[in-house]
Amino acid sequence: MSAKAYSVIGTRPIRHDGADKVTGRALYGADFTAAGLLHGAIVRSPHAHARIKSIDTTRALAFPGVKAVVTSADFPETAERMVDLGEGDTPLSYARGNVLAIDKVLYRGHAVAAVAAASPHVAEEAAALIDVVYERLPCVLTAPEAMLESAPQLHDGKSNLASQFQHVLGDAAKGFAEADVVVEREFNTATVHQGYIEPHNATALWNNDGRVHVWCSTQGSFVVRDCTALILDIPVSRVKVTPMEIGGGFGGKIPVYLEPVAALLSKKSGRPVKIVMTRKDCFEATGPTPGSFMRVKIGATKDGRITAAQAYLAFEAGAYPGAMVGPAGMTVFAPYDIPNAVVDGFDVVVNKPSTAAYRAPGAPNAAFATESVIDELAQKLGIDPIEFRLKNAAKEGTRRVDGPKFRRIGCVEVLEAMKNHPHYSAPLGGPNRGRGVAVGFWFNVGLQSSATLNVNADGTVNLVEGSTDIGGTRTSIAMQAAEVLGIPVADVNPSVADTDSVGFTAVTGGSRTTFATGWAAYEAAQDVVRQMKQRAAKLWEVEAAAVSFDSGVFTSGGRKLTFKELADQLPATGGPVVGSATVNPRGVGGSFAGNIVDVEVDPETGKTTILRFTAVQDVGKAIHPSYVEGQMQGGSVQGIGWALNEEYFMGADGTMMNSSFLDYRMPTALDLPMIDTCIVEVANPGHPFGVRGVGEANIVPPTPAIANAIERATGVRMTRLPMSPPTVMEALWSAGN
Amino acid sequence: MPAQTHVTATINGEPVQFLCEPRQSLLECLRDILGMTGTKEGCNDGNCGSCTIVFDGRIVTSCLVLGVEARGKEISTIEGIARGNRLHPLQQAFLENAALQCGICTPGFIVAAKALLDQEPEPDEERIRFWLANNLCRCTGYDKIVRAVEQAAAVCKQEAAR
Amino acid sequence: MKWFDYECPRTVEAAVGLLSAPGRKVRALAGGTDLLVQLRAGRREADLVVDIKEIGELNELRLDSSGLTIGAAVPCYRIYNDPAICRAYPGLIDAVSLIGGTQIQGRASLGGNLANAAPSADAVPILIALGAQCLIAGPGGPRSLPVEDFCVAPGRNALAPGELLVSIHLAPPLPGSGAAYLRFIPRNEMDIAVVGAGASVVLKGNVFAAARIALASVAPVPLFVADAGDSLIGKPVDEASINAAAEIARAAAKPITDMRGTAEYRRHLCGVMTRRAIARAIARGKETN
Repeated sequence: MSAKAYSVIGTRPIRHDGADKVTGRALYGADFTAAGLLHGAIVRSPHAHARIKSIDTTRALAFPGVKAVVTSADFPETAERMVDLGEGDTPLSYARGNVLAIDKVLYRGHAVAAVAAASPHVAEEAAALIDVVYERLPCVLTAPEAMLESAPQLHDGKSNLASQFQHVLGDAAKGFAEADVVVEREFNTATVHQGYIEPHNATALWNNDGRVHVWCSTQGSFVVRDCTALILDIPVSRVKVTPMEIGGGFGGKIPVYLEPVAALLSKKSGRPVKIVMTRKDCFEATGPTPGSFMRVKIGATKDGRITAAQAYLAFEAGAYPGAMVGPAGMTVFAPYDIPNAVVDGFDVVVNKPSTAAYRAPGAPNAAFATESVIDELAQKLGIDPIEFRLKNAAKEGTRRVDGPKFRRIGCVEVLEAMKNHPHYSAPLGGPNRGRGVAVGFWFNVGLQSSATLNVNADGTVNLVEGSTDIGGTRTSIAMQAAEVLGIPVADVNPSVADTDSVGFTAVTGGSRTTFATGWAAYEAAQDVVRQMKQRAAKLWEVEAAAVSFDSGVFTSGGRKLTFKELADQLPATGGPVVGSATVNPRGVGGSFAGNIVDVEVDPETGKTTILRFTAVQDVGKAIHPSYVEGQMQGGSVQGIGWALNEEYFMGADGTMMNSSFLDYRMPTALDLPMIDTCIVEVANPGHPFGVRGVGEANIVPPTPAIANAIERATGVRMTRLPMSPPTVMEALWSAGN
Repeated sequence: MPAQTHVTATINGEPVQFLCEPRQSLLECLRDILGMTGTKEGCNDGNCGSCTIVFDGRIVTSCLVLGVEARGKEISTIEGIARGNRLHPLQQAFLENAALQCGICTPGFIVAAKALLDQEPEPDEERIRFWLANNLCRCTGYDKIVRAVEQAAAVCKQEAAR
Repeated sequence: MKWFDYECPRTVEAAVGLLSAPGRKVRALAGGTDLLVQLRAGRREADLVVDIKEIGELNELRLDSSGLTIGAAVPCYRIYNDPAICRAYPGLIDAVSLIGGTQIQGRASLGGNLANAAPSADAVPILIALGAQCLIAGPGGPRSLPVEDFCVAPGRNALAPGELLVSIHLAPPLPGSGAAYLRFIPRNEMDIAVVGAGASVVLKGNVFAAARIALASVAPVPLFVADAGDSLIGKPVDEASINAAAEIARAAAKPITDMRGTAEYRRHLCGVMTRRAIARAIARGKETN
């Protein structure tokens, strides 16, 4: 456990952007405006699968107030090639096709054309006047159906099974032969959405000098820059992205949808163009997380040793390849030391929106299957479910089925914290109640980050970084610089810069921001200290090596200067000090999370109420414990929503029937208890402060923990998400209740 | 272009006039015409509460009010909550409790919670959760929001006692 | 949204005149919580929106010896903020307190909930159970209509062109009467009834003297199950009577399978919610006996 004493790290300062955000002054993407601004509207496909026979824009162009209309024909002519949009190589035609459909529409809501006009209402009216003739094609909506030979093919000449993989460890057949008890079950999970409250938005100006300026809400301004440049076939140096404040992302605001379209409309109209999605657009036409079909089989000996495990994971990619089945394969058995395992993964295209990342993408699906089977095994073996997990828990040196060996991890510590938590032994206090537990893993990512620190004469520093701040990361990054500099965090003034003003920084995603950009700030602060030592040396006429720095004070011999005092001397000792650093860290530390949950199930309606919920997570080192708790609570509640009600309810024709916040049913304040948190700190040896990413692992265990609790309350094991009241009721009926 | 409608209203205690189309929501009028972008749009159909304002003494979702309906009405928005240079106890409590992450829902929550505390100084947890059920937050899981409202209630009560 | 004109008449006569405008698609606007969503989504069309909130009669909320009169534009919160109405009509309060969240209740009106004619409308079953009457103005003069006859198809009501729902009237509660509305939703707020059940009973000692039961979300219109209420009359107040009435309600339901639940599940819930609503109505009836 990390025990080092820090002065800033581990405290709970008020966030730097706080006053702006509680007064309504913070400017989010949709708040942006510019002189001469036009408003865009997108024409979207009413069909889940169709060939575009023709697009006639005549009536729309004639509508008063309309300034430009674009379709995929307005993309520059570019030969097909592979492009990297930040999540692996994709054909350029796919990247473009998801922004404006080329030849075919592959899901309902697929963008087909766009209009720019004087007002959003006029743009919307004009969009309705674009005449698109479609030849409807049969659609396919689930992975198992799409894998059939008879299934309608989405991409001409290409199988719907876009890719597959197999991980093998040991000899699964031999392992199952050694098992005394084997449990095998099939699981289905519905498509779910990130549900950020702020709709996607983008404003673009294609200036007369050929430079494109984009203002938008994104998890990664450099991803937007690079993707916009690739899709429009212009050099990245001609695109500047100014990230506005972002109203939630959870993985869904990594891809570009509107930015290239707004840019094309701006090019045609000569004016800045803003497009804001409707909520329905967000549901129908941005990337949700895959629905999945899974089969998991695990065997164990009578004394509770897991001998073998097998998983079959078929994930719906949506319209274009790229379901997050890879991470599912990496995490499916990660909490356990399993000698023999085999995992098969399938990435399958279907006529639904192209999926995107969603908080630990792929892992919650896989954990729902694995942790349900683990729970059932523990029941069959008559072993306490936490004890059973502890007996088989992964630790340093355990090899994951996909290859890597764990470095120092906190799986055991999380399970111990769960076992010792008062919640685990508290009475349930009534009938129809049950308690469930589950654990989950997310590996986290590192990736590139940059940071610059400018020292002010008053001893404060301005921190410039490129990670868009979705949840208080300005502060968690600034705290790491402040800790190094020995100054109060209020003396670090962080800002998130545009892509022209800061070094390349990858997305706010993969739980990487506090870890990697925080590390860049740490290194930039070290750079400041090095330079300041030289200034002190100059003043004191000693070698820089003779100057020490501790807790914000430079000393040499008997002389000392505080950081603030020395900052005041910079003009006289050579001018400004600017510290900068870039990192591409490899020392990323995975995070384990566990839940204890109590539910009550109404046996007459099938409705599940969450009575008590405890979230435990190994965070390495909590830089700002309040925001760490916030991540744990937020991830837990998203998991609760996923478990109980959230789903894309699809009509047979591929129409999402519940594309509103009313019918999509994310949890409201009234649906939840307080979410108790228990922070476990097993320092990550790969980070200067021991940080592990904390944003994602917390969404992994809730769905199985709740399923396991429902089983304890009702005796019925749920194998389908969501476990909505009708689904639970039908399961109770099937079980003869 | 058909004629626009002239609307006079009182917003955050100040007289305001604007021209709008009947089809424009009050939310659009606040944001696009008056530049008051503190009130946010999340769903445009009344289900997320991000656009909550006080209209004629009651909280409403301003996406479901027409701009023309504001004629002669008293309106308060997030921009009117702080007391001059001092944050309102709710705003301060949201910051101290880390009751926001992305912050997009925060103006709506603060306007709605203030309306609750203005009429009920000591709401319990259940009452707070019920009152705020029309305000969606996807980041926090509501725990810290509920605690912030509880803390603000205590502060407001102390202030009233002074 | 397409352009529409806006008028805000001060009298019922002026409103009826506007609503009768020949050749125009006219819609009355009260709280707007249904209408504006529908106009925006293209589910309804209007080229003239008539705001009825400045008309005196439509804002009337009066409780007196003749009963309760609720102007069609009165928002929900005004109803449940009136302690005397809460005491007299707790079943009505059940419904008006759960139409939307706090913000929606600041705008949404009982009249709008009725006029929108959604099969899932929360206010309608309890209004039917309470035997409410609709008072209607129109080019042909005023008329009244029992609430159970007001909704004629999903989204369509019995108002003729030019007609306006002015108010809803409920008779004074009888001694021994109790009513309740319960709905089943997957969340605890902000949801549309999967099934709703409204029940009113009049108790004479331990016997039902009268009863009316109506359901939401189980048929193309809010469903008045007269047989279920009638079955209770003269029966002892006990579980067997309640279960028998609930079974009649269950059998009468004609639900569909949709995103809110399968037909089978909904039919099952009809029995459950009816039983629970009757039980709550009885508990209230005993308090007033």
